[in-house]
Formats: sequence, structure tokens, C-alpha cells
Amino acid sequence: MNSNVEEMNDFFTKKRFKLTLLIVILGAAYIGASMGLGFQSHSLLNIQDGIAWLIQNFIPNEASKGYWHEIVQQLLRTFLVAVAATSCAAVISLFLAVIGAKTLTPAITISWVIRGFSSLLRNIPIVAWAMILLFSFKQNDLTGFLALFFMTLGFLTRAFMETIEDFGTEKIQALQATGATYLQVIFQGLLPEIAVALMSWILYMIENNVRDATLVGLLTGTGVGFIFNLYFKSLRYGAAGLVVLSVIILVVTVELISNLIGRLLS
Amino acid sequence: MIKPENQISIPTQLPSGPRLSIPLRFRDRRRVTILLTLAVLGYITLMTLPTMIPSHFKLTEALMSFAENIKIMFLQPRLVNTTFISLLGVLGQSILLAFLTTLIGSVLAFFFALASTRRLAPTSLVLGIQSFMAVIRAIPTVLWVLIYSVVFGLGANAAVVGITFHSVAYLTKVYADSMDELSPEIIETMQAMGLKKSAIIRQAIIPNLIPSYLSWTFIRFEINFADAIAVGAAAGAGGIGYQLFMSSSFYFNFHEVGVMVYMILAFALVLEIISYRLRAVKHQ
Repeated sequence: MNSNVEEMNDFFTKKRFKLTLLIVILGAAYIGASMGLGFQSHSLLNIQDGIAWLIQNFIPNEASKGYWHEIVQQLLRTFLVAVAATSCAAVISLFLAVIGAKTLTPAITISWVIRGFSSLLRNIPIVAWAMILLFSFKQNDLTGFLALFFMTLGFLTRAFMETIEDFGTEKIQALQATGATYLQVIFQGLLPEIAVALMSWILYMIENNVRDATLVGLLTGTGVGFIFNLYFKSLRYGAAGLVVLSVIILVVTVELISNLIGRLLS
Repeated sequence: MIKPENQISIPTQLPSGPRLSIPLRFRDRRRVTILLTLAVLGYITLMTLPTMIPSHFKLTEALMSFAENIKIMFLQPRLVNTTFISLLGVLGQSILLAFLTTLIGSVLAFFFALASTRRLAPTSLVLGIQSFMAVIRAIPTVLWVLIYSVVFGLGANAAVVGITFHSVAYLTKVYADSMDELSPEIIETMQAMGLKKSAIIRQAIIPNLIPSYLSWTFIRFEINFADAIAVGAAAGAGGIGYQLFMSSSFYFNFHEVGVMVYMILAFALVLEIISYRLRAVKHQ
């Protein structure tokens, strides 16, 4: 009986020790990282200053009403570019994923090449894409489109490939046993079954790209990111606030639509 | 109200033989949704693509110059204005930025998630926090950093707070979703046993959350690393992103960009290997 109590105490002491150790390590990591960066922790307590500043300066005023037309136009462009980039990337990455997935690939080397290619596209920072493209394609929508396209291509190829591999080999083998050709297996067996999963990936990517389009626009000087930067740097905060508001409305709307489609698909 | 005399009716015999009905697939909701969505996306894309190419645009010339730059970047990486050591330093800064924001974000988001999971919190609180977080998530990270760089001044403070904002909003949602997956019976049982909320959190919620907590936090770390680079470039917040921006848009030196891209790729490769390992552990 006594030894049992001791064992219990021992167990809890160990558990408490582990927890303390974890907190100490994380705390040390936090302090180390803050010092490395020159980050002052008290600014975390001052985040309300930012919000207060935002509310004071970013409330769209009378003067900013004149910008409404331009903002809506640029916002629409940004949205269209994001959707177009996602759709184009989705078509190509579906093709790449089908010939690259381990369960369907004609040769395992092709699978590895496609895997490496998609990893490369995904991990080159979007800043580098935007800058290289800006240099060659100059300041227009095509630059933003291509930057988003390359990132999305890398991401969706991997996502689609994993979806296809989750589909399993049994069903494919069963279809092949009935005498179905390669194309029949893909179009009659595989695609109808994974269509819902692919669709939700595409919708997720569209949501993501609408947000990223702002960043890309900021870097390449197009769309809604550019006009935000323009208003912000020329201290027209009311107009910049209007841009932020319209971005919020766009992103939330896209999210709601994609949730609705997701519910219809389930 | 149904009138009593209508309630009594003699069941009519259905005529035997083949019955005509609409084929099932036309009424299939999923099929219609997918086809409609694809049609809308295709329509938008086809309408947008031609309008994107500006007039007087020499596509072949642009493609040639693009291919040339890619070649310079990947095949002839070379440093001119900086040294490798200083680049390693700024890469370290970006990594630290990503680490710090993930750390702060995951701790804060854990508490927000506890307050916004359906298993513990009242519906009004859940809806309130989740919609507030949705609004924060809707604003891109770069805009947060730009806004805070005016309040705090340009530098690490603005970058950390700006990226943390987005991280907290993102992680709160995914943590709360993971907590919602815990079956309500477990919590009801514990409540019936007379346990307090703190005990329920410690004994039921946290042990169930740990695997998804780790994998989501790691995913967020990867996103924060990409964001740290982007923020450095677009908001001038330092790190390797800023160097990348300077080399490509001020010095037009794509040899240097190549070196930085290789460094970022190397770190991304490490992250990818870790995430692959984590997934392998999870599947075991």
C-alpha cells in the first residue's frame, strides 16, 4: 500500500518535472529568438495601439469615397486573376498527378521527376517568382497570374498526387482485370471517385490565392495590392482602409461560397 | 388540417409494368455541383485569360528573357554584393522570425481555441471568436505588418506582431476544429463524474489534441517561414526576403538571387523531410 502511494507520487513528480522542463525550454527558446531578432516583448502588450490606430485612421472618410470605383475594379481584376491562375494550374497538375502518382505512373522515374519538380515550384518563394517574372513580363496582370500559377501548380500537383495514391491500387487492379484500358481506368474509375476531394483542394487554393494575390500585387505593382501600397505610402489612410475592408469582404465571401459548395458536395 | 373524410381513402393500386422515372444521375446533387462549379471556373478563366495579355506585348521576347533569367539563377549562382556568411545570418533571422511567431501564435491560439470549441464554450462565444478570427484571417499578413510598421516603426517588432496576428487566427481555427472532433460523450461522462473544467481540459482535451496540435503547428511553421520571406520583401522587415528584394529589384542581379533561392530551397528541403518523417510516425 505504502509503495503504491510512493509510486503514484513518483509518477506525478516525473510528469510535473517533464512539464516544467518543456516550459523552461520553450521559454529559453522564446528569449533566445527574441534577442536574436531584436524583438521587444512589450510590443505584444501594445497590440491594442495598432488596433486603435487602425480604427482612428483607417475609417473610410468622405474623401475616400471617390476611390470606391477604382478599388472595386482592381479587386475584381485580382479575383479574376486568382481564379484563372488556380484553374489553369489545376488542369495541368491533374495531368501531372495522374502520370506521377505511384499507383498509376508508367515508370517510377517519371514519378520522382514530377515529385521533385512540384517540390521545387512550391518551395521557391513567391517573392522570387514575382521578381523574376516582373523583370521579364513587366508590370501587368500576366506577371501576377504567372507567379500565382507556378506556386499553385507545385502545391496542387502534390495534393492531387496524394489524393490519387490514397485511392489505392486494388480498385485500379480490379478495373484492369475487367479489361479496362489505362484511359478508361482514369476517366471511368478514378476521376468520378476522387472528384469531390479534388474540388475541395481547388476551392482551398482559390481562397489562398485570393489572399496571396494581394501580396503578389504589392510586389509586382498590379491589382489591389498595388493600390493599397500606393494609398498607404502616400498617407491616404482612408482609402487604404477602404482597400482593406474590400479585401476582407472579398475573402470572406469566397470562403462562404467555398463552404457552401463544400456542404453541397458532402 | 386534413379533413376527416379525406383521411380515409382507398389505396389505389399502382399500375404494374415498367415505371418511367428520371435517371438518378441527373438528380445527383454532387454531380450537379461539381459540373456547375467547373463550368463557372472555366468560364471565368476563359474570359479572363485574353484580357490579361496587354496590347503591344511581345510574348516570345518576354519568354526568352524569362528563360534566360531562370538559367542565370539556377546555373550560375554567384555572390557579388554580399558574402555567404552574411546571407546565412539573414536566413537565420528569417528562420528565427518564423519560429518565434509560431511559438507565440501556438500558445495564444491554444487558449483561444479552448474558448471557441463547441465542446466547452457556449455557442455565442464560439461564434464570436470564430468570426473575429475569420476577419483577421481575411487580411493578408503583409498588410498587418505594414500597418504595425507604422505604429511600432519598421523592424522586428512589427514583423513579429504582424505575422503572429495571422498565425493566431489560423491556428485558433484548426485547433478548435481538432478539439471538436473529440466525442461529446467523453466530456459528458467526465462532467457526470463531477470533474471540473480544468481537469477535463488536462485529462481529456490535451491528450487527444497533441498529435494534431503538433502537425498543425509544424504546417504553420512552414507557412510562417514563407511569410517571413514575403514580409521581408514587401514590407522591408529584414531577413533573407529583404535581401532577395534588393538583389532582384535594385541591383537586378539574378546570380545573387540564385544563391538565395538555393539557400531557401535547402532549408525547405529540411522542413519537407521532417514533415515526411512526422507523417510516417503518425501513420504507424
